[in-house]
Amino acid sequence: MAAQVRVLRQRIRSAKGMKKITKAMELVATSRIAKAQARVDASLPYAQAITGVLTALASNASVDHPLLTPRPRVRRAGVLLITSDRGLAGGYSTNAIRTAESLVARLREDGKEPVLYVIGRKGVGYYRFRQRPIEASWTGFSEQPTFEDARTVGDTLIEAFTHGADDTDDGPGADTVTGVDELHIVYTQFKSLLTQTPVTRIIGPMQVEERPKSEGLLPAYEFEPEAEALLDALLPRYVNTRIYAALLDSAASESAARRRAMKSATDNAEDIIQTYTRQMNAARQAGITQEISEIVGGANALAAAGSEA
Amino acid sequence: MANRLHVELVSVEQKVWTGEAEMLVARTTEGELGVLPGHAPLLGQLAEPSQIRIKLDGGQTLAYDVAGGFLSVTETGVTVLAESATPAEASAR
Repeated sequence: MAAQVRVLRQRIRSAKGMKKITKAMELVATSRIAKAQARVDASLPYAQAITGVLTALASNASVDHPLLTPRPRVRRAGVLLITSDRGLAGGYSTNAIRTAESLVARLREDGKEPVLYVIGRKGVGYYRFRQRPIEASWTGFSEQPTFEDARTVGDTLIEAFTHGADDTDDGPGADTVTGVDELHIVYTQFKSLLTQTPVTRIIGPMQVEERPKSEGLLPAYEFEPEAEALLDALLPRYVNTRIYAALLDSAASESAARRRAMKSATDNAEDIIQTYTRQMNAARQAGITQEISEIVGGANALAAAGSEA
Repeated sequence: MANRLHVELVSVEQKVWTGEAEMLVARTTEGELGVLPGHAPLLGQLAEPSQIRIKLDGGQTLAYDVAGGFLSVTETGVTVLAESATPAEASAR
């Protein structure tokens, strides 16, 4: 009996220790969600302004830019997948990877060769383990991405996209570098604290909405420098902004997924502690009852022996 | 309204400054220009690196060092888009 009580006490202690850890992670994740959402909000004015500028530019100038024109023959398609660096976030990374995998399968069906770009250690680990080639990967900033990170990623993607312009069926074209003809991004959209959905978007070639002519008189813009040069400078920035927005959204989703996973782990630990405490109390009580009945039985036996003598 | 210029300075990670001003001076890749209220619509790329100055009503001037910036003038005001914008040193003006 005493042995059983000791085993249960040991289990309760370890469950309590685990609960402390998961509770702490839950709290950290909760505060990170708020921070990530604040950063999403802070990045909105720029995103809106650059979209406005781009729309104005596209409506005023003849749009003919490599980043805007769909290629007639798409051979290789780049897929940028955003996952987390650390685990313990429920199905966050798994869901993102699954979405990317179905995109990859769809691209293959269309006769396009997928090229993977991966952000986050979990995604990198997934493809390394399966020995599948990754074109480029970045790790270390999935929870708190900066614009600097987005730019590093964006510049690589845009370079690959530009290199893809002269590729032929036989291999790389004149620039001897094999690029890509399409760019997709897979990230996790933050819908609410409870819902985060992985989504896929096309970021290259881009689609710019031209403002409908009916919307009154368009202001006759002056351009400094020329509209084409301006577009050249603006479009890569726009791509980077899109990637940055996706990174921020994913970071918020990651924290929310982690918070939920850690919350259910904490709840589970509480359940276990309660069950074991009950079992322990019952075992202890059983032990005491047994001892008492032994003493009483012993005393009765002695009394019986004494009266016979 | 005609003699007030609505200025917005936004960087990628946050809105840096927004308010009413008298004039905005910026340097695009083509050259320096000043924007007064009622300026014709304009889109420009700012020189690299570049400083923009916002002249406030009281004669005060705000200066920001801007990297990777664009300037957009519309009938409603001026928007400066920047990859990064930091207040310039007072002595630099």
